[in-house]
Amino acid sequence: MGKTIVKKILSAHTDTDNLKIGDIIKARVDFAFANDITAPIAIKYFKESGAKEVFNKKKVGLIPDHFAPNKDIKSAEQCKLLKEFAHEYEIENYFEIGKMGIEHALLPEKGLVLPGDVVVGADSHTDTSGALGAFAIGVGSTDLAAIMALGEVWLKVPPTIKFVYSGKLNKWVSGKDLILYTISKIGVDGANYKVMEFSGEVIRNLSMDNRFTMCNMAIEAGAKTGIIEPDEITLEYLKGRAKRLYQVYKSDPDAHYEEIIKIDVSKIEPQVAFPHLPENAKPISEVGNVKIDQSIIGSCTNGRIEDLRIAAEIIKGQKVHSEVRLIIIPATQEVYLQALREKLVDIFISSGAAVSTPTCGPCLGGFMGVLAKGERAISTTNRNFVGRMGHPESEVYLASPAVAAASAILGRIASPEEVKQG
Amino acid sequence: MMIKGKVWKFKDNIDTDVIIPARYLNTSDPKELALHCMEDYDSGFVKKMNQGDIIVAGRNFGCGSSREHAPIALKAAGVSCIIAQSFARIFFRNAINIGLPIFESEEIADQCSEGDLIKVDTAKGLIENINKDKTYKLNHLPAFIQNIISLGGLREYVKEELKRREENV
Repeated sequence: MGKTIVKKILSAHTDTDNLKIGDIIKARVDFAFANDITAPIAIKYFKESGAKEVFNKKKVGLIPDHFAPNKDIKSAEQCKLLKEFAHEYEIENYFEIGKMGIEHALLPEKGLVLPGDVVVGADSHTDTSGALGAFAIGVGSTDLAAIMALGEVWLKVPPTIKFVYSGKLNKWVSGKDLILYTISKIGVDGANYKVMEFSGEVIRNLSMDNRFTMCNMAIEAGAKTGIIEPDEITLEYLKGRAKRLYQVYKSDPDAHYEEIIKIDVSKIEPQVAFPHLPENAKPISEVGNVKIDQSIIGSCTNGRIEDLRIAAEIIKGQKVHSEVRLIIIPATQEVYLQALREKLVDIFISSGAAVSTPTCGPCLGGFMGVLAKGERAISTTNRNFVGRMGHPESEVYLASPAVAAASAILGRIASPEEVKQG
Repeated sequence: MMIKGKVWKFKDNIDTDVIIPARYLNTSDPKELALHCMEDYDSGFVKKMNQGDIIVAGRNFGCGSSREHAPIALKAAGVSCIIAQSFARIFFRNAINIGLPIFESEEIADQCSEGDLIKVDTAKGLIENINKDKTYKLNHLPAFIQNIISLGGLREYVKEELKRREENV
C-alpha cells in the first residue's frame, strides 16, 4: 500500500518507522511562528521553561499582524514583547511594521515555509502553507513555547480525505468558492482531526493564490490541515523565494485514503456563507436581497494580488454604494506595492474605497472595520461566527473578492455579473 | 483526579470567538479573560456559574481560532472540566497542554440535563451522573497524552525534557 504526501512528510521528520494512522509521534519542526496575540503567552512559558535559546534562530518567526499597527495601549504592550524577545534571542524573522504582512501570506512569499516542511504556527490558519505541499498545522501558545524550546511537536498521525475536483470552472468561481462549497458539503467538523488533500485537474490548473485560499479554510471544516501536492505552478512560485533547499513529496497512486470525495465544479456558482457558520454556503443565485453596510477585501484568506486584481476588474469605473464602507487590505507589503504598480490602488481609491496597510484587523473584530449592532458585512475573510467582526448582534457573510467587490458597488450581496453587465 | 460539579449545557459548534471574544485578546491575564468568558453566548454565564461547575456540550466544542485564551478563560472562570461529544483539535491540544480536564462522550451529552450533578473519577475512568443515577466509562487516552496530563501540562513536560537533554550531553 502506498503512502500519502502527509505520511511521507511526517516519516521524514521523526525517527519512528512505519507510521500508522493514530500513532502519536514527535516530529521535528522546520518553521515555527506566532503573532502578537499568541506569542506573548508563548514567550512567557518559553522563558519559564529554562530554555537558554530557541531551537534555531532562523526557523522561528514573530509577526505582529493581528492588532498591529498597534490599535491601543494594551496591544502596543503585546507587540513590544515580540520585539524585545526577538532582539534578546536573536530571532532573525521578526517583521516590524512596514515590513510586516499577514503571517500566512508573508511566510510563503518570503520563502520561509517550503514544500516537504513541517510548519507549526500559533494560529489556526497555519494550514494555508499546505498549498506549497508542506504539512502545516495550527496550535496554541503552550505548544509554540514547547517547539521554540525543543524544536519538535507532539502530534497524532492523521488520516486523509482526498477531494478530487473535476469539470470546468464557471466565470467568477474561485478557490474561495470551491472551499466554501466543500465545507458546506461536509460541515464545520466534517474533517475534524483529518487532513484534506485537494487534488484533481481543477486544482492542477489553479493558481498559487487560489490554492492558498483553499488550504487556508481547511480548518473551517475542522481539519488538521489542507495540503496540495507541489507541481510546476508551485515550483514557479518558489523561484527566487525559497530560502532553503526543500523536498517535494507526492502521494503514491495507491495511497490509502479514509475517504475520496469527488466534486464536479461545473455546477458550482459563486458561494456566500451566511451567518453564523462557514458551512452555511448558498449559491449566489439563491441569496436574495441582503443589504450590507460594509465590505472587506483582504485577510490571510483573500488578501493576495490576484484577489485585488479581480476586485479591481469589477470596481473599475464604478462607485462604491453611498451606504457602504469598502475596506481593502493587501495582505503584505509586496502585495500592496504590486497593487500600486498595477494602478489597482488608484482604481480602489477613485471608487471611494479605503485601502489599509496590512493587518488582520477587522477579520476578528480587532480594528479597521469593526461592526456596530445590527450591521452587516460581506467579507473575504474566513469566519462568520457570532461577534466575529464586532458587536454580537452584527452579521458576517463570507464570499470571494469578486462577490465582495460587486456587493460594495450595489449595496447588497450581488453577483459580479450584475456589475459587469450593468 | 476527582472532579464534582453542576452541569451547564452548551450546543454544538461552540467556537473560541464566543468563548472569549477577540476584542479582549489584547491581554493574556487569566483573571481578566475569565470576566468575559462565554460573554457573546450567554452574557450572564460567569456571574451565575459556581467554581467547579462542569460544561457539557455537543459536537466540535472549541472550533475556530487557536487562541489558548479560550481554555485559559474557562479554567480561570472556575470551570472544572468540559465533557463534549467531540472537540475541535486545536482546543483539545490547548486544554491538555494547560491542564484543563476534558472528556469526550456522546452519551453523557445526550443524556444529562442542565443542573445535574456530575462526578468524574479519572483514576477509575468513570463519570457518574448523580441525578440520573447513571455511570459512564471514560475513553482511554493515549499514553503520551496521559503523561502530559499527569505532569500537570505541557510546560512541565518541556522542563523535564530540557533537563533530560542537558544530562545526556
